[in-house]
Amino acid sequence: MGNEKNNLSYRLTNSQLYKSIFRHSYADTTKNRALQVRSNVFLHLHPVSVPEHAFKIRFTWCMGGITFFLFLVEAFTGVFLMFYYHPVPEFAYHDMKYLEFDVPFGIILRNIHRWAAHLMVFTIILHMLRVFLTGSYKPPREFNWVVGVVLMVLTFLLSFTGYLLPWDQLSYWAITVATNMMGATPVIGHEGPFSVVKKYNDIRFVVLGGTEIEANALLRFYVMHIMVLPAAAIIFMAVHFWRIRKDGGISGPL
Amino acid sequence: MTTDINNTDISRRRLLQIAGWGSFFVTLGILIGGAVRFLFPRVLFERPSTFKAGFPHEFDIKGEADKNGVFEVYEKWKDEHSVWLVREKNRIYAVHVKCTHLGCTPNWFADDRIFKCPCHGSQFHSNGVNSAGPAPRPLDRFGISIADDSMIIVDKSRVYTSKDFDKREAYLEI
Repeated sequence: MGNEKNNLSYRLTNSQLYKSIFRHSYADTTKNRALQVRSNVFLHLHPVSVPEHAFKIRFTWCMGGITFFLFLVEAFTGVFLMFYYHPVPEFAYHDMKYLEFDVPFGIILRNIHRWAAHLMVFTIILHMLRVFLTGSYKPPREFNWVVGVVLMVLTFLLSFTGYLLPWDQLSYWAITVATNMMGATPVIGHEGPFSVVKKYNDIRFVVLGGTEIEANALLRFYVMHIMVLPAAAIIFMAVHFWRIRKDGGISGPL
Repeated sequence: MTTDINNTDISRRRLLQIAGWGSFFVTLGILIGGAVRFLFPRVLFERPSTFKAGFPHEFDIKGEADKNGVFEVYEKWKDEHSVWLVREKNRIYAVHVKCTHLGCTPNWFADDRIFKCPCHGSQFHSNGVNSAGPAPRPLDRFGISIADDSMIIVDKSRVYTSKDFDKREAYLEI
């Protein structure tokens, strides 16, 4: 029959071990292709087939996809940065310097993280512009626009919380200004109009974990930045992509 | 069982539904309330809000009073505690070194007898009253008193705005 190689690969791909991991064959039939995608947890997030209108780059500019890609870049570089960062005032600035000057590839990791953050904000704006100009927010797609706005706010909050983490002058004063503005919120801010709270239990206190920008504030911003906000972003992205898929796929006709 | 239109008894099923969902939402409410309370720590490890500024004679009258009645602005505690001690003829008060616009640190220009904030250009007279720029009100003052050992104590947890400047706790009578 076949030569040695064929026999070996046949025996391999029909062994119990192989079949228990890969539940499909390699046959190039339409049914098998669909089966390969559907039976894989990573691949099954994609549609089994991609409609032709999904490739209209001139229509979409691919900005949504690029934004998602930048989110993944941020998550990936962020995790690596976490290996060398202690979220305490005594270490934070020093760790940032350590990454810059000591850690191998620390510079490029940090720079990519910073650049991708700025680019992500920019591509979000371009994406919003595209969606608006192509009328892709029209019914039945109005709510997805709302979800998109929530994602935009989450991205801004991610940028804001991340900005404090280097614990340098820019960080400290940016957060001072922003949290003082929070303190001036009506009703729930202690310096706001119609204030019903004090310095020790207003919205600024919750955000900072205290009355000053100290260790509590840094830790809270860190937890928000690495866990709470990314988790919220992932949930809302899931809804956002799901809605697009269920409404007929990206850049499908209304 | 008579089907009376005025029968307001609830069935066993309905009671259990109410009890079940009720306890679910009560539990959820307690958990959410607990989570919110969790975010407000009871003990803060921040710097103490009071400090001893020195003896009253260290803040003596020097030279002449300017047109606001201020003889001297002492910068001894500006860096460490964000406080200026201002000496008028019969009063000493503690001014918070924080611009009332957005919280930057202003500076005292002794030659021009004026406080100026570098951030957005707010200006204050030597007695802290806002004179130019976006600052909406005069510089705040802290509670000031004399301790048992005759030292001046400034309490930064007691903040006084201009309407309270004449309150007993907002200045030291000399």
